[in-house]
Amino acid sequence: MLERVDLLGLRGARADRLLPVMVGAMSFLAVLAVAGTLAAAGLAAHWRGNTASALTVQVTAPDQPAEGGGTRLAAVLRYLAAAPGISALHQLTPPELDALLQPWLGADAADLALPVPAVITATWNGAGPPAALAAALAAAAPGTLVATGAAWAARVAALTASIQACAAAILVIVAAVAAAVVGIATRAGLAQLRETIEIVHGLGALDSDIAGSFALRATLLAAAGAAAGAAVALPVLAWLASLAAPFAGGAPGLPFALWFALPALPLVAAAIGWGTTQVTVRVWLRRLA
Amino acid sequence: MVRFEDVWLNYRRPGATSPADAPDVLRGLSFEIPDGGFRWLTGPSGAGKTSVLKLMVMAEHPRQGRIDLLGTDVAAVNRREAALLRRRIGVVYQDFRLLGHLSVYDNVALPMRIARKSEPQIRADVIELLRWVSLFDKQAVRPAELSGGEQQRVAIARAVIGRPKLLLADEPTGNLDDGQAERLMLLILALNRLGTTVVVATHNMSLASRYPAPLLQMADGRLTEDA
Repeated sequence: MLERVDLLGLRGARADRLLPVMVGAMSFLAVLAVAGTLAAAGLAAHWRGNTASALTVQVTAPDQPAEGGGTRLAAVLRYLAAAPGISALHQLTPPELDALLQPWLGADAADLALPVPAVITATWNGAGPPAALAAALAAAAPGTLVATGAAWAARVAALTASIQACAAAILVIVAAVAAAVVGIATRAGLAQLRETIEIVHGLGALDSDIAGSFALRATLLAAAGAAAGAAVALPVLAWLASLAAPFAGGAPGLPFALWFALPALPLVAAAIGWGTTQVTVRVWLRRLA
Repeated sequence: MVRFEDVWLNYRRPGATSPADAPDVLRGLSFEIPDGGFRWLTGPSGAGKTSVLKLMVMAEHPRQGRIDLLGTDVAAVNRREAALLRRRIGVVYQDFRLLGHLSVYDNVALPMRIARKSEPQIRADVIELLRWVSLFDKQAVRPAELSGGEQQRVAIARAVIGRPKLLLADEPTGNLDDGQAERLMLLILALNRLGTTVVVATHNMSLASRYPAPLLQMADGRLTEDA
C-alpha cells in the first residue's frame, strides 16, 4: 500500500468527508434492528414460556362419583398429581370462580345456581402431546376439558419469526446502503484524484497498492462512523428498553446478546468498507491502460 | 530491446463501438532499438511522437501490431507484470506530471516508495539526485512553488532515480536554460553508457545535432526515417 506518506493525497481529498456520518447513520439503524430482533426473541421466549406452560382443566359435575371410586374431581386431581411434567396444581376456589364469571354474569353470578364446573390450573412442561393428556383425563372423568397454551405459543412464535425476518431485511438493506455509500464516496475520490492515480499507476504501482490505500482509509472511516453510530444509539435503546420493560416481566435493561453485537458492528462496517472499496477501485483501474 | 512491429494506434472516441471509428494516429510503425541504444524521436507537432512514448509506457495499447519492451511482449503480460515492467521504465513528461500535494523530496522518492525500497536507501538516493539537479535546498518545497525549469529538474530526477532500463523523455529540455539542458543531456548520456536504453522525443533539431544519435523521424503517424 501507499499510505506511509499518503502518496495519493487521500487525506486532502474531500470526497469521503461525509462517509463516517452516512455509515454512522446506517450503524444507528442497524443497532436498532439488531436490538429489535433480540428484544423480540427475548419477549417471545418470555411470553411463550408463560403461555405454553399454562394448563387449565374443567371438570364438569365434579361431585358425581367416578368409575374408579371417589368423585370425578378427586379422580382428575389424583391423575394430575401423578402425571409427569405437571406441577403447581391449584383448584380454583368459589370466590376465584365467581371472579372469573363476573364479567359475563354480573355480580350475582354466585346466586344463579348454575352448574359451574370445577376449574384446576397447573403448570405443564409440555411432556407428551396435549391430546394424550386430554384423553387420559376424559377417561378418568368423562367430559373433562383440557386447554393448554400451545396454540397461543405457536402464534407468538410466528409473530416473533416475522419480526426477526423484518429485522433481517432491514439489516440487509442497511448493509446494501452502506456499501452503496462507500462505493459512491470511493468513485468520487477516484474522480477527484484521477490524475494522481494515473501518475502513480504509470510509475508502476500495483492495482493492489492503489486499492489498498483507498480501502484502508474507507475501512477506518467506516469503522469510526459505525462505532459513533452505535454509541449514539445506546441511550435510545436504553429508553426503548425502559418502555418495553412491563412487557418483559418488568425486567429492565438491554438484551445480553446486544453487548456482543455492538462491538461487532464497527467490524462489519469495516469489512463492508474494505470489500466495497477494493472492488470499486480495481474495477475503475481496469479502465486505465 | 524495444521493438515495434507494424504498430497502429488510434484513440477511441467515448461511446465508439469500433476502433475503426477513430482515425489512426500511428500507422504501421516498425523499428527496433537494441539494449543500450539511444534514439532521437523527432518530427513536427502532431506527428505522433507522444503517442509512441505512450505506447512505450503502456499507457495506450496498439490497435494492431506487436510491441516488445525490454524483451517482453506487452500484449502477453497481465496487469501485475505490466506494473512491474513500468518500474523499469523512467519517463520525463513534457508537462512534468508532478504530484502537487507532495514535496520535491517525496516526488523524487515516489518511484522508490512504489518499489518498496527501504527509507535509508531512498534518502541516500534522493539526496544525491537533488544535489545533482541543484534542488537540495528546495527538497521540502511543493512543486507549485517552483519555476518551470525547477519542476522539469524534479521530473527528471524522479525519472532516473530508479535506474531505469528504458528512459523516455518528451521534450526534456523545453523548460531548461542552455546550461541545465547541457547537464541533463550529459546525465542521459551517462545513463545510456551504463546500459540504459534511451528515447528522447524532441522537435529541437539543433539539440539532436549536438548529441549525434540515430533518428526516428516521424511525420503524420508514420516513420519517415529509421536510421
